[in-house]
Amino acid sequence: MTAAVHAAAPGLRARRRRSALRTLAFLSPWLIGFAVFFAYPLVSTVYFSFMKYDGFAPPTWVGFKNWAYVFGDYPYFWPALRNTLWLVAVMVSLRVLFGIGIGLLITKIKTGAGLFRTFFYLPYLAPPVAATMSFVFLLNPGTGPANTILESLGLPAPGWFTDPAWSKPSLTLLALWGIGDLMVIFMAALLDVPKEQYEAAELDGAGPWQRFRSVTLPNISPIVLFAVVTGVIATMQYYTEPLVAAKVASGVIGGSGQQFEPGYPDRTTLTVPQIVYNLGFQRFDTGAACVVALVLFALAMAFTAVLMRRRSGFLSAED
Amino acid sequence: MPRIRRTTAAALAATAAISLLATACTGSAGDAASDDPKARTTLTFWHGWSAPSEVAAIEANIESFEAKHPNITVKTVKGITDDKLNQALRAGGSQAPDVVSSFTTDNVGRFCATGALADLKPFLDKSGIDPATTFLPQMAKYTEHEGKRCAVPLLGDAYGLYYNKKAFAEAGITAPPKTLSEFDAVAEKLTKRKGDSYEQLGFMPNFQGYETTFEHYASQFGVRYFDADGKSALAGDPAVKALFTWQKKLADRLGGYARLERFRASLGDEWGPKHPFHTGQVAMQLDGEWRGKMASDAELDFEIGAAPFPVPDDQADQYGKGYLSGTILGIARVSEKQNAAWELVKYLSTDTDAVVSFANAIHNVPSTQAALKSPALGDDPLYRTFVSIAQHPGSSHAPSSVNGGAFLLTAQDLGVRWEAGREKDLDAGLRKADAQVDKDNEQAR
Repeated sequence: MTAAVHAAAPGLRARRRRSALRTLAFLSPWLIGFAVFFAYPLVSTVYFSFMKYDGFAPPTWVGFKNWAYVFGDYPYFWPALRNTLWLVAVMVSLRVLFGIGIGLLITKIKTGAGLFRTFFYLPYLAPPVAATMSFVFLLNPGTGPANTILESLGLPAPGWFTDPAWSKPSLTLLALWGIGDLMVIFMAALLDVPKEQYEAAELDGAGPWQRFRSVTLPNISPIVLFAVVTGVIATMQYYTEPLVAAKVASGVIGGSGQQFEPGYPDRTTLTVPQIVYNLGFQRFDTGAACVVALVLFALAMAFTAVLMRRRSGFLSAED
Repeated sequence: MPRIRRTTAAALAATAAISLLATACTGSAGDAASDDPKARTTLTFWHGWSAPSEVAAIEANIESFEAKHPNITVKTVKGITDDKLNQALRAGGSQAPDVVSSFTTDNVGRFCATGALADLKPFLDKSGIDPATTFLPQMAKYTEHEGKRCAVPLLGDAYGLYYNKKAFAEAGITAPPKTLSEFDAVAEKLTKRKGDSYEQLGFMPNFQGYETTFEHYASQFGVRYFDADGKSALAGDPAVKALFTWQKKLADRLGGYARLERFRASLGDEWGPKHPFHTGQVAMQLDGEWRGKMASDAELDFEIGAAPFPVPDDQADQYGKGYLSGTILGIARVSEKQNAAWELVKYLSTDTDAVVSFANAIHNVPSTQAALKSPALGDDPLYRTFVSIAQHPGSSHAPSSVNGGAFLLTAQDLGVRWEAGREKDLDAGLRKADAQVDKDNEQAR
């Protein structure tokens, strides 16, 4: 008996090895991608965060110096982190709420629905730089049409992108203007809600708010979760719009000899990805840039983990 | 394969991979150039000019270089910013530039300290060129860092005051102001308010308002920036406090930061024909010599004048000085054609005919002593005003720093908070700025 098992074992092991190799072969495209585009950069980022490395001289070990500099001395880190968190909280929430609102509105419209859908979707197609430049022009405190209208109505005209109190709300307005992507997703989800559930709710005497809360929301909750998670990750990587808005609004846009104080006005439009670029590619400080990149990575992971853990209470059983 | 051999092979493979990666990371260019400058070769030259007339002017210079060096062909790439330059200098590769130029003189310290640009001393020695006597002294200074020369100047910029002669005549002003108290009075006299805004503003004093940056004002005040130990000395330098106090007072006198900033946001692009000085919205402008050409290209319906920017009242004897800057020229350290590249750098930066013709074409100030004395140099009075400012012994540039111009941005950042009223205690703000500059420099070393 024992001898038979021993005799069969090498064959079994070979089969298992072949099976394992086959599995690995099928997995290899993903594994290679994971190793090259995720694991290696991540390990390198951790490694360089402890090194002084300017891209020219060989890296040298500096211990926690870069970490201490970023958290204690780099003047843009905390403002950038505060702004990014503000944008994650406010911009993502408003985008989701606004996306659902527009989606609801458009699914309810009987005539000219196509026209409205196009109207709300079109801004999303504008390239970020062009969209931001037009928005800064529209919201120009001196000559922009927005303030001209507000002033003609006797309303206070804010400084928008030039006022520290208004710069992030202005960016949020820009993000809401380009809501087209979310609107389409929510529209599809809303149209997918079974009509019978609304009819049953109506028979039970549910009003519009109750129907929304008890029928619509549970049905679209996976989509809401998707929108929140992708929104949080995208906002953590928010770079182009605030940079372009700050450059255009500050007037420092054309001269390649001019230095630009990031985050105009008063560092209020500075975001974490901007400081990664500032440190790594403008100051030649790869080490400190890696520290900030790791903070960003950790935050994105933490947010996603919290949201995904909460999904059990958020989603229904079938999801 | 036996276990022991397998392990050895794996270790060898890993070592090889790590070595390859390490080589890729650190670059492999040696310090001594060994290429033959007489061999047939193609150089790549990256520059920042993008306006058609400027590109045509540099191309003309390149053509005359190629005529004199038939073995060298130059491939030019225009419109390069420092950000693009930084990446290319780090990455190297076959498409990387051999010769580079930059408008951001503030970055020389970083280029030299990191070794992004090759040390030019051996080349200058070989060609018998002494930068101290060949170039304008201040321009020779801003192209080196702590004694290391990694760049040479290729034309310079001098900053002065442009004024609208029509607006001056209407306000009964007969001559450009020479001291800052005269300047303040003139700026106020030229300001015509319209509701919450302006029909005409005498001068836009706000930081970031076109060329009104901290460093451009600082030259007029004689700011020193660093002490003998290389520590930031803003708080201890009375000139810095005088600068900030004067600037804010003028901003308040002309309507206050908020009103000025609102007006500034409505003004046209600095590099386009709708520049507020061109449109008559701002009557005086702190700017470089290029503005004269841009203004004449824009065909203004009023005459303009130029003069040195005024100086503080207690430095009236220094009137005539200004801020200096310019284009810098260097050789990429990773270039494998450094001797040939030096031929191009030498020609563009020191050949008197090349320097004069280029200066005339793009209305920049020549950077060599010989070119400044050349009878062929343009004689337009506006232009000549800036040539004189460039030669004034009191004219200056901010010192080079290991982290480029980060210290200037720190000073300007304080200036913005101060002019906006967000920083109430100037002394405390200056002390904080000093601490910040020192920490930033420490991090960069």
